Amino acid sequence: MSERMKATTLSTRSNLERRHLIQRIAFGLLWAAGVIAVVVTVLVVAYVVVQGADEVLTVEMAHVTIDPAEGRMIVDLPDDSIDANVKVIEWPIKLPGAQLIVLEGVPLLTFLLTEPKGGLTGEGGISTTIITTLYLVLLTISIAMPLGVGAAIYLVEYAGEMQGRNVWLVRLVAVVRFGVETLAGVPSIIFGLFGYALFVTAMRFGFSLLSAGLAGACLILPVVIRTTEEALRAVPRSYREGSLALGATQWQTIWKVVLPAALPGIVTGIVLSVGRIVSETAVFYVTLGGSHNLPTSLLSPGRTMALHLYYLAMDTTAFQKAMGTGAVLVVGIIIVNAVINYLSRRFAVSARGR
Amino acid sequence: MDMNNVKLETHNYHLYYGEFRALYGVSVQVPANQITAIIGPSGCGKSSFLRTFNRMNDLIPGAHSEGEVYLDGEAVFSQDVVELRRRVGMVFQRPNPFPKSIYENVVYGSRVHGVRNKGQLSAIAERSLKAAALWDEVKDDLQKSALALSGGQQQRLCIARALAVEPEVILMDEPCSALDPIATLKIEDLMRELEKDYTIVIVTHNMQQAARVSDYTAFLMMREDRAGELVEFGSTPELFTKPQDQRTEDYITGRFG
Amino acid sequence: MPRAAFERELQRLQDEILVLGSMVEKALMESVAGLKRRDLEAARRVIAEDRLINEKRFAIEADALVLIATQQPMAGDLRTIAAVLEIATELERTGDYAKGIAKISLMIGEQAFVKPLIDIPRMAEKARDMLHRALDAFIRRDVDLARAIPEDDGIVDALYNQVYRELLTFIMSDPRNIDQANCLLWVAHNLERAADRATNICERVIFTVTGEMVEMDVENGPDAGVEGIA
Repeated sequence: MSERMKATTLSTRSNLERRHLIQRIAFGLLWAAGVIAVVVTVLVVAYVVVQGADEVLTVEMAHVTIDPAEGRMIVDLPDDSIDANVKVIEWPIKLPGAQLIVLEGVPLLTFLLTEPKGGLTGEGGISTTIITTLYLVLLTISIAMPLGVGAAIYLVEYAGEMQGRNVWLVRLVAVVRFGVETLAGVPSIIFGLFGYALFVTAMRFGFSLLSAGLAGACLILPVVIRTTEEALRAVPRSYREGSLALGATQWQTIWKVVLPAALPGIVTGIVLSVGRIVSETAVFYVTLGGSHNLPTSLLSPGRTMALHLYYLAMDTTAFQKAMGTGAVLVVGIIIVNAVINYLSRRFAVSARGR
Repeated sequence: MDMNNVKLETHNYHLYYGEFRALYGVSVQVPANQITAIIGPSGCGKSSFLRTFNRMNDLIPGAHSEGEVYLDGEAVFSQDVVELRRRVGMVFQRPNPFPKSIYENVVYGSRVHGVRNKGQLSAIAERSLKAAALWDEVKDDLQKSALALSGGQQQRLCIARALAVEPEVILMDEPCSALDPIATLKIEDLMRELEKDYTIVIVTHNMQQAARVSDYTAFLMMREDRAGELVEFGSTPELFTKPQDQRTEDYITGRFG
Repeated sequence: MPRAAFERELQRLQDEILVLGSMVEKALMESVAGLKRRDLEAARRVIAEDRLINEKRFAIEADALVLIATQQPMAGDLRTIAAVLEIATELERTGDYAKGIAKISLMIGEQAFVKPLIDIPRMAEKARDMLHRALDAFIRRDVDLARAIPEDDGIVDALYNQVYRELLTFIMSDPRNIDQANCLLWVAHNLERAADRATNICERVIFTVTGEMVEMDVENGPDAGVEGIA
């Protein structure tokens, strides 16, 4: 009997060492993978930021005159600056009789604050593109969010409930879900073509914010639906049961308990979509047009930063400015993500208790 | 056995999940202002039976039933389900407070039923938390998240939440099984307090708890076809000292699982 | 089988009751036999061994309490343990009666009997028999047997009345007999009480099986007869 015990003890010991060794190797490899992934990402980002920093951080001294009586501000840049035009900014509040305020040598990051000029040399800054990008993000979110969240709520809360009762509904839901999954994987240029054919041409919106917004909304709709669905499903069933057992209707339960609890997940979906819109080129290339001016209405064309980058790189000699635009894009995305992270952590903490 | 006052009643009630019959011909009269325990081996349908009284089984796709269920003599299936669930509250096995503050949890039911006035809601919150023996422990910080409370406190919060809508019946589905022994005893004391104003029905797999806490006990058991049926119903002291049915005796003496 | 350990312990307790029962039966018979034979050594032995009877009774009680605390018996099991506790007490008291008889034996000492003892040993045998059958009924959960035994109490009571009348006669014939007659009357009284104890045990048996508490008073108790004194 002790012979057998000895044998098993021995084999277990070498087995043990082998298992520890395998674990150490695995950890090493995983760690290396992680390091490589981080390094690669950092390199890409750093390269663009460093290359473009020069351009972005060009500071030029402006001569600023503030005229409260007329309600306007006049910015005058030196002749050799990016944008030699005098800029006038007006606001509606006028204080008659107020003194003129003159400021000499106001440092401005002119790259960010002046408009692009167009043309082969790509003069100017990227101010209009920044604003256009913002407009576009807002527009697509305001179209896609209600639709996407609403659809997801229906799929998870109501259609799920009805499943036992109606075979056709079950099939419909399955088809819808399959459609959403598929669309999520469709190449974005398809949405661009679709947008061009329907919004730009058939509906005669032309190259405009509206066309781009609608096409962009189609693009992010599957993502919003999918992430919202997952966020809703992640809400424990016990919350719903608890609410219903108190005599709440299903809608009250969704509105007051499920949605608030799913909010972090839904916000993640929105953030993902924002990232997608900001970085999209194909879709907007064929729906937004190429104008470097500030869009004045929904039907005006415009340029996002990503598109501007493309144009600068391909159609002009101002490669540096392309890098600069890229740097702004990347840094912007980093800041947005950081802010969202902070906010959602704050929100999650307050829900979990101190 | 004082049956003058019957609060809940079922008559030859069968419950099906799709094709599967979960409950067979259960006829029971639950007396008002008493604690009635439902005991029986796992899978015999105790929870399903409990959930009949507030129609929570309606939420399960494929669930349907035969037979009648009455609250105060009125058929439960003809009443408005939302109002029914206000009158018949439920406390679940795992405490399930919402991820909101303590205050918001307690007044949730009232809000949902239309109470808006802040003064009223505050008063409701205080009253319900006191009734659930939780007020003293939380009154200093009602804005604290409910999820920061201990398990026993969370369960009492859920009870307070259920009480806030002024139910007549409180259904408890193994309310102490996720709690430590001290928290369990506190809740049992609470049940005895609440008994004066509410009718309580508790499902428990802990026989000692059923014996300690209840006035009446119903013993359910699975038949051969796996449907649960009522084997015996009686006053707790009688059922636990001299049960009528041999199956009841075998179960409570532990001679079979 | 579930609760095997509990079952075993419950069974052991009941076996211990039987052991206690046989100790008490032996004490009862020894005390009366010793009295009849004028065997003072036997009497002393009975008195000494009463200590063992008490110890066993306390041991049974303690074990029963432990079983209740640790196993939370319900229904039939609970009634059984309650019966064990009660019966242990009844047996111990019966043991005390035997001790009492032994003490009287010592008190009477070397004196000759005013009359040979006939009815008293008959009472003792009847009481012992009732006790034995009562314990038997307990172990076998035999309700019919338990219902039948108390009838014999009537026989014991009748014998008691007889002894009483006889001793009365002896006292009246010679007042110097009062001392011994009193002692013998006391012995008969103890035996009559022993039979009552056996009846109590039968009541317990019925309770254990049916859950019903019944008082089994036999019609012709000592209070019924004109000559009997309670």
